[in-house]
Amino acid sequence: MTTYDVVVVGGGPAGMAAAIAAYDAGCPRVVILDREPQPGGILMQCIHSGFGLHKLGRELTGPEYAAVYAQEVARRNIPVMTETTVTAITPDRVVTAQNRTGIVMLQAGAVILAMGCRERSRGALRICGTRPAGVYSAGTAQKLINCMGWRAGKRVVILGSGDIGLIMARRMSLEGAKVEAVCEVMPYSGGLTRNIVQCLGDFDIPLYLNTTVVEVHGQMRVEGVTIAQVDEQRRPIPETQRHIPCDTLLLSVGLIPENELTRSMGIPMDPVTGGALVDESCQTALPGIFACGNVLQVHDLVDYVSEEGERAGYGAAAFVQGKSTQSVPLLTQAGANVRYVLPQTISTTEASVSLFFRVTRPMGNVRCVARSGDTLLTSKTCPRVAPGEMERITLTPDMLQCAGHTITVTAEVTE
Amino acid sequence: MNRELTCIICPKGCLLRVEGNESDLIATGNACPRGAQYAKQECTNPVRTLTTVLRVSNRCDTMVAVKTLRPIPKAAIPAAMAQLRNITVTAPVSIGDTVLDDLFGSPVVVTKGAE
Repeated sequence: MTTYDVVVVGGGPAGMAAAIAAYDAGCPRVVILDREPQPGGILMQCIHSGFGLHKLGRELTGPEYAAVYAQEVARRNIPVMTETTVTAITPDRVVTAQNRTGIVMLQAGAVILAMGCRERSRGALRICGTRPAGVYSAGTAQKLINCMGWRAGKRVVILGSGDIGLIMARRMSLEGAKVEAVCEVMPYSGGLTRNIVQCLGDFDIPLYLNTTVVEVHGQMRVEGVTIAQVDEQRRPIPETQRHIPCDTLLLSVGLIPENELTRSMGIPMDPVTGGALVDESCQTALPGIFACGNVLQVHDLVDYVSEEGERAGYGAAAFVQGKSTQSVPLLTQAGANVRYVLPQTISTTEASVSLFFRVTRPMGNVRCVARSGDTLLTSKTCPRVAPGEMERITLTPDMLQCAGHTITVTAEVTE
Repeated sequence: MNRELTCIICPKGCLLRVEGNESDLIATGNACPRGAQYAKQECTNPVRTLTTVLRVSNRCDTMVAVKTLRPIPKAAIPAAMAQLRNITVTAPVSIGDTVLDDLFGSPVVVTKGAE
């Protein structure tokens, strides 16, 4: 069995950034395992521009952003085992993988989980009707059109207004398809405002809020969908039903962190994020196992995925080198108008720690506050916040030393 | 002119208000100078970076991704797509290779190659 300092599971943006950081922090024996033929993860099918503005200071497409990191991986001679699927990890960090050579077993000093997420499918939505061809998850259609050159359809309805749905509305339009509508069950879009402007506005595609698809029609191929508005409890209102002829339904209805390996190790999970419970170095409750990127929490910007990967990489290196400190952890929790806070535990008071969180609904003039008991630790004001845009608040060592057992983050509307 | 628009330069998405006449536009609401520049551009000659994929003549199930190196006029995008649809490339091609020198004022470069 080959021994490595750090084994990284997944060669997307999180895994590559983590591997580079671990290497740079003094762990020369790092390996990346990925099931695809090349590293890059989902970035390889995201041919649109807009990546890297924060992290690299320039605007790149997905494959270009991935290439920057792939070059850095190659420059350090970090091996990438491609077409290699990890099938098991034990709590004492034996990683089992499978590829064309057979079964591979690696002993890791630390493991970094960076498997990303998968898309929620039709089965999870309870949409009535037939089961014809032409119902795709948005990401699948994106891979077909951008990587294989197959336009998924000609007349399209998109359910879900997350960024992938919006990006695909533009992409299908550019390739000559007619996008009839984007339906969103919530009263607001889950995507970035800039994507509503440049993906829907530019192509005159209507966005119907408080609206869902209630039935799919067609035998061999989709022939149309029935849409309906929903009430406050998100129940369809029968009088508002409307038929839209189309040959394709794309679903952009949420991402599910791919945590089967994580759960198999018995690692405690956060039911809200769908990822593991971690501390500020992205370490799970199982020592030596770290998680970063979309497998930990679904991000909206790849730049922040890379940053999280770096934190996990530095954390893993510190663990391997016996430098990680074990102190009584502080806990974080979501307060008013906040859906979750990550990391869920903080085990240092020596360094600044950023708390990442999402709000429960769009709001204007918000003061985001971190408190411990009645003690206000820090706050910041935001002109507007939305569930689709991750927020952060940073605690300095001084603040952490003032904190009691639990730190609560709230988003308070100020008038 | 009196127009409200959302800046698309970065994910922040500032809400911009543009006032004044075409030769002397004033933007407010922008958090950075790029927002003011975007507002003026959008109200006079809106431009977009175009990204798409091209067929590879000697590869199966493989597409090469490309982008315009600079934004091109928004109004020209349908015509630009029509022109790109007729272009095939021959592998190997690498990231950064130019496939077209001038598409409505911008070169078209490869963003994802094929070996």
